[in-house]
Amino acid sequence: MTSAFKKALDSGKFVVTSEVAPLKGTNTEKFVHHVELLKDKVDAMNVTDHQSSVMRFPSLGGALLVKEHGGEPILQMTCRDRNRLALQADLLFAHSRGINNVLCLTGDSVMLGDHKEAKGVFDLESSQLIKTIRTMERGKDLAGNDLDGDIKMCAGAIVTPEADPIEPQLIKFEKKIEAGAEFIQTQAVYDLDNFKSFMDYARGFDVKILAGVILLTSAGMARFMNKNVAGVMVPQTLIDEMAAAPKGGALKKGIEIAGRMIHRIKEEQICDGVHIMAIGKEDVVPDIMAAAGL
Amino acid sequence: MIRSITQQKPIEEIERLLEGMGRIFIIGCGTCTTLTRTGGAPEVEEMSRTLSEKGKVITGTTVVPVACDNLTPQILNDHGSRINQADALLVMSCAFGVQTIGSQLGAMVIPAQDTLFIGKEKAGGGFNEICIQCGTCIIGETGGICPVTTCHKGLVNGPCGGTNGGKCEIDSNKDCAWTMIYNRLSEQGRLDAMRKYQKPRNHLGEPKPGKYDIPV
Repeated sequence: MTSAFKKALDSGKFVVTSEVAPLKGTNTEKFVHHVELLKDKVDAMNVTDHQSSVMRFPSLGGALLVKEHGGEPILQMTCRDRNRLALQADLLFAHSRGINNVLCLTGDSVMLGDHKEAKGVFDLESSQLIKTIRTMERGKDLAGNDLDGDIKMCAGAIVTPEADPIEPQLIKFEKKIEAGAEFIQTQAVYDLDNFKSFMDYARGFDVKILAGVILLTSAGMARFMNKNVAGVMVPQTLIDEMAAAPKGGALKKGIEIAGRMIHRIKEEQICDGVHIMAIGKEDVVPDIMAAAGL
Repeated sequence: MIRSITQQKPIEEIERLLEGMGRIFIIGCGTCTTLTRTGGAPEVEEMSRTLSEKGKVITGTTVVPVACDNLTPQILNDHGSRINQADALLVMSCAFGVQTIGSQLGAMVIPAQDTLFIGKEKAGGGFNEICIQCGTCIIGETGGICPVTTCHKGLVNGPCGGTNGGKCEIDSNKDCAWTMIYNRLSEQGRLDAMRKYQKPRNHLGEPKPGKYDIPV
């Protein structure tokens, strides 16, 4: 069955996805609150998988909660914590419960998270995971054995348009598409002129591209990302704009900036949609969308 | 030349391992741990002094030429009585030497080192890990640079999203393997090799523990 998200991608409309993050522990109240808040506003919700290598409630469980509460989940799957047996098994389970969208990620190093001494698995990586899905859709597992019952997934991947150097990243991007990625959610982009030149290149490929938008909550956060997050580059003009916000008004300014960017992406048809990441501030995603005129 | 790269365990851990053992014989190695300055003559002497200060009786010390050589136990025989008087042998070689001595002498051996990797000497000192002996070599397609070893995640299809400025997400002093591979293949006009999809790795090159018998 074609997923609702896949239908949205194919419809040609401006697609909006957002992120919901399972928390550490069994209390899913806040998570479900965010799902309820967003389910009718966005086309699909990414459920993060031990984001930043910090152990939390699983993405598969979170995706199931999204489904149970009437939302459209995109299951984020990293290759950091599971070998090929576990990844395939989770894909079978996901399909059996109506979870039909997967974002395939290699995953951050275990060393960046809260269980630094754990073994990072990386038996597969992102492009191999995409290919695994396509293999399973043909009725075979990675060992070439028959699967009993169909499986169908709308599979996607990520790209970092501001990566330095960019060339190796683009080769990887092309490999992901060749492996069968149907959509790409990008790392956060802030310089839309730069992003437009990336899109001039990316338009050559048969894949839907959703621009990553991370909500800025302070000038300090912007500077922190510039220094610490690979491939994220917040231009000085935006940092200045955040810094000039009145006391207590930084979040409002961040919402305004995110809304303005999304509006421009849509108006100028720069790409096929946006992926809004409001890291820890999911409550304001509807405000960002309102600011964008969505 | 390749070397077994070690790092001395914290003294607290060594003390814990030696708990209840009053008489210690210390063995250094004249090869790798001498070169890495973790278990050569000066380090053995320093360890002897440290443990004496902590109340241990050092029955003797020596630095054998090559601890992992099967002849090492015979060399140690020269120290017979002083070894026999010891409750434990504290071995300041890599784990190859510790195990060689332990299995052949049947004595209680305690490692003073953690063995980190098999390293290749760098120009100007220091060592890099460039091969993890995986048993399924792909460097013919990656410009002679091993991504299984050099990439922190062992990725075989290109870089992850954590690479930044040609460095690795875990350490800005480590080069990103895939930037290096890209540059090498680019110089060689062989970028097609990087575009080729690499299937999931075969982790069964040689099942652990590795074993090799010389063909007769």
